[in-house]
Amino acid sequence: MKPFLRDFVPTSYKDIPDATAYEAGYLVTKNAGWRNIRPVIDNTKCVGCLNCYLYCPDGVIFREGSKVNIDYDFCKGCGICSKICKPGAIKMEAEK
Amino acid sequence: MAINAKTLSETELFYGHKACAGCGGSLAVRIALKVLGENAVAVLPAGCMSAVGFNFPQLCFGNNAIISTFAGTASMLTGVEAGLRAQGITDFHAVGFAGDGGTADIGLQALSGAIDRNDDILYICYDNEAYMNTGIQKSSLTPFGARTTTTPAGKNIRGNLRPKKNLFEIVAAHGIPYAATASVGYLNDFMRKVEKAKNIRGTKYIHVLAPCPTGWGVKTDETVEIAKEVVDCGLWYLAEYENGEFTLNQRPKEFSDVSAYLRRQSRFKHLTDADIEIITKSRDEKWEFIKKNFK
Amino acid sequence: MSKKFLSGNEAFAYGVRLARPQVISAYPITPQTIVVEKLSEFVEDGSLNAEFIHVESEHSALSCAIGASSVGARAFTATSSQGLLYMAECLPYAAGGRFPIVMMNANRSTALPWNIYGDQRDSISQLDSGWIQAYAGNAQEALDLALMSFYIAEHSEVSTPFMANLDGFVLTHTYEVVDVPTQEQADTFLPKYETENKLDLQNPRNLAFSAGPDTNTFFKYKEHLGILNASKIIEKAEERFAEIFGRRYSGLTESYQTDDAEFILITLGSISGLVREAVDKLRAEGKRAGLLRLRYLRPFPNEEIANAVKDAKALAVLEKDVSFGNEGTVYTNVNSALQKAGITLPTSNYIGGLGGKNISFEEIINIFDELEKQQSKVKFLGIGGEANGY
Repeated sequence: MKPFLRDFVPTSYKDIPDATAYEAGYLVTKNAGWRNIRPVIDNTKCVGCLNCYLYCPDGVIFREGSKVNIDYDFCKGCGICSKICKPGAIKMEAEK
Repeated sequence: MAINAKTLSETELFYGHKACAGCGGSLAVRIALKVLGENAVAVLPAGCMSAVGFNFPQLCFGNNAIISTFAGTASMLTGVEAGLRAQGITDFHAVGFAGDGGTADIGLQALSGAIDRNDDILYICYDNEAYMNTGIQKSSLTPFGARTTTTPAGKNIRGNLRPKKNLFEIVAAHGIPYAATASVGYLNDFMRKVEKAKNIRGTKYIHVLAPCPTGWGVKTDETVEIAKEVVDCGLWYLAEYENGEFTLNQRPKEFSDVSAYLRRQSRFKHLTDADIEIITKSRDEKWEFIKKNFK
Repeated sequence: MSKKFLSGNEAFAYGVRLARPQVISAYPITPQTIVVEKLSEFVEDGSLNAEFIHVESEHSALSCAIGASSVGARAFTATSSQGLLYMAECLPYAAGGRFPIVMMNANRSTALPWNIYGDQRDSISQLDSGWIQAYAGNAQEALDLALMSFYIAEHSEVSTPFMANLDGFVLTHTYEVVDVPTQEQADTFLPKYETENKLDLQNPRNLAFSAGPDTNTFFKYKEHLGILNASKIIEKAEERFAEIFGRRYSGLTESYQTDDAEFILITLGSISGLVREAVDKLRAEGKRAGLLRLRYLRPFPNEEIANAVKDAKALAVLEKDVSFGNEGTVYTNVNSALQKAGITLPTSNYIGGLGGKNISFEEIINIFDELEKQQSKVKFLGIGGEANGY
């Protein structure tokens, strides 16, 4: 469970709430465009220590079985995961 | 079972926010909320985390969350806690996340009031050592020597002239049920403290050092590393205050090099050897005090 | 219903108790203190089941009330003067967040010079903060207003915080015989506060967010509509109030002898009692004088004023405030009401009672005399000499 992207974007007068109160975790834009580099996981080297998942400021690395995967919609490419990965299983690669 | 990456809830409650890449503050908020769970009711004042998390219609908190006035984190937390309790609701954790300026400067009075009343709230200060949201201005938690946009490093004055305010001990002096320091470089320690605070009634305060790559002048991938290094070199420490006693959680056998820690950050680039000597000396004096007064 | 001999502050506290607020946060300031002392006693003796929060400042008093309201609790606070100004940041915050907090403000002068006595510069300086502003005329009205304020503020078509103003000392500290309704009557009158504008564990929300240029105007327009809607909800509340308690109020304004009046004095707050006596004296002399008391400044009674004065020859506004560099703020607002209604009428402005200075019966009679002669536009009462007035 986490905040997720929605199709409906309330922008018109009739769509906005009466007060500054709205459904929690309502996302309408991605952060993918922020990246110059992206983390790429080499699952053969991953030992499942979960440090990348733990230390990600954006929480975009999620557990998948005994390994991890990345939500590239919201990864900003900071590189913390790569740096913290002791087995060197995460490499930062240039965005094409 | 100790809380760690494997036992931590997989639910992400702070997600899709617009914090800078590598933001230490957002890491602290994210992890604390994972420990506290979905029944956390979060109050965040004007500052980085509210600026990046509450831009309607992009709302990045999966749990109940509200922005307070800059000075009003603690007082709004009090109202939230009292308001829920008055309606017979008890299965929640009222938690505040304020930066160093929001806590040690403009929000200190309200925080002191809440501790005085012993309101059942958890107040987490994510300390990135300056007003980062407004563009890196000095706060009272900016360390000696740091260059900020209001403490420029020139020929006459080399950055901030005053030492970092000792907020942890100021909070402890209230006789608060629980206070702790932490660093996003040591998340297992931080998580343990949040978990502990979660189960204590009354006011809890956790001061977590959370580097800001933008304001400190380090690369975005160095946040965690530098948050470890500040502890390892002795300029920050991991401790708790409980039942009137201070406990040190991690006692470095040997400090890593202070100058290496400082010189890798552009906010300290201008410091002279004499400046670094002053910083090292004050660190040693602090540790003398810690050895004498902390368990 | 029972009769009690109560000061304005005490009467208001009794009204608040009848409304069963769940959270009260307050910081002491003269001349507000008695209302919070009384409420503390009610909490202590168990007659009021509320969380009483001893905050360390007025800023925290309102911030705490906002927090309580943000989880759907009924919240009350009270302040005065410097305290109101100290919490000023939180005023538009509460209004913009649509949190229906009720606050009593004991009208008091603002420093400098220091002065603890009554004038209305404190609340009137905050007219644009988005709060409903009511001005009580006596202790009975103060009690009734306390009870009605929650109904009006919390009504789903309003959702706007409510500031009930009592003239410092003159009303807050003066004792009158007051009818105190029973709790059963009050419970019949005031429904439980229900809202979706809250943090809710079953239905998590993000509150008090940022809204950029694209949507900001929408939120502000809705806020504006909410406080405008208060006009009709005030009428509705008073109708309901009259049915249950047998006392009837007259909406945003209260007219006295205005129907055939040639000269009308518009004022607000407790001074209206003395103006009423002056009108009686002038009427006895065959002069067609009238009084229009503004019970509310926000929403502003534009139509009520226009209707009351449309056949008059001249009007004066007597108020205990001044917008430095211009004139009395109520006067500015009244002139705007006339202009919008297409009424051209000589108007003049009397600024009096600053720092608690007494406004005498003779001064009020004199205002009516000057109205007939149409001598001045803006004049400070209590300053003699030719230089006064412009």
